[in-house]
Amino acid sequence: MDMRTPLGRVRGLGSTNDGVKHWWMQRLTGMALIPLTLWFVYSAVQMSEASHAEFTVWVGTQGNPVLLILLIICMFHHGQLGLQVVVEDYIPSESTKMTLLIAIKFAAIVFGTSAVFAVLRLTVGSS
Amino acid sequence: MASQNRPLSPHLQIYKPQITSFLSITHRMTGLFLAFGAVLLASWVISATYGPEAFENAQSLLGSWFGKLILLGLTFSLYFHLANGIRHLGWDFGLGFDLTKVQATGIAVLIFAVVLTVLTWFAGYAIVGGY
Ligand code: HEM
Repeated sequence: MDMRTPLGRVRGLGSTNDGVKHWWMQRLTGMALIPLTLWFVYSAVQMSEASHAEFTVWVGTQGNPVLLILLIICMFHHGQLGLQVVVEDYIPSESTKMTLLIAIKFAAIVFGTSAVFAVLRLTVGSS
Repeated sequence: MASQNRPLSPHLQIYKPQITSFLSITHRMTGLFLAFGAVLLASWVISATYGPEAFENAQSLLGSWFGKLILLGLTFSLYFHLANGIRHLGWDFGLGFDLTKVQATGIAVLIFAVVLTVLTWFAGYAIVGGY
């Protein structure tokens, strides 16, 4: 029979946080970002002098809105996961760390959602 | 537990500068800068929903010398982070781990990032027909 306390049993086994999922999502979003960002650089070069009208046409062109939305989601997800690691590495104080992590998550969701919504506004229902 | 004052990261004071550590911290810095770029990208798209005037303001801001400097930095950061990210993914599969390979792929990443940044801006000026 195991006489050790539950705490004694888990001590030394490492963190109980969700590190594997974090690590995996960082890789997955990173892989998705390879084609998405290359496509975006190609597009952004062409949009560098675009007027509002030209830009709206581009956003609404076959495939572009979906790729843009995918890029936005993957980018903010990947960036948020990355920033989390940086904060965890450099901020020793639990309370400051928590505050920053929450701020980063909120900011990523707010900017990401607003940008996705903007793409929808520029495409759905307009032609 | 007295865990408040423990150092968390490598003690940089005792590290000799080398290509490996230099590229490692550059991956981190480009990642941070790209996160800022993501906010910029979001703002750019969002500006278009406020109409032609707002969008064209955004365009001329991005097209100013300062805007271009930021975009140039973002271009380099992206190519560097992308290539070095692939290097990371290779390591995750156990590829290219010995020191000579780590150094060779590191130099390759740097060359790739510089060359593609130059090519992109060259193509940009060629397509858009700027100066
Ligand atoms: C283009 C394709 C990309 C690939 C293949 C990629 C790959 C990676 C990988 C593998 C890591 C983990 C590095 C580690 O374990 O230390 C990472 C970290 C990170 N990435 Fe990316 N990434 C890409 C694009 C981006 C973009 C667009 C952003 C901006 C939103 C970004 C922001 C970050 C940040 C902030 C980190 C954390 C840096 C750190 O922990 O030192 N990445 N990336």
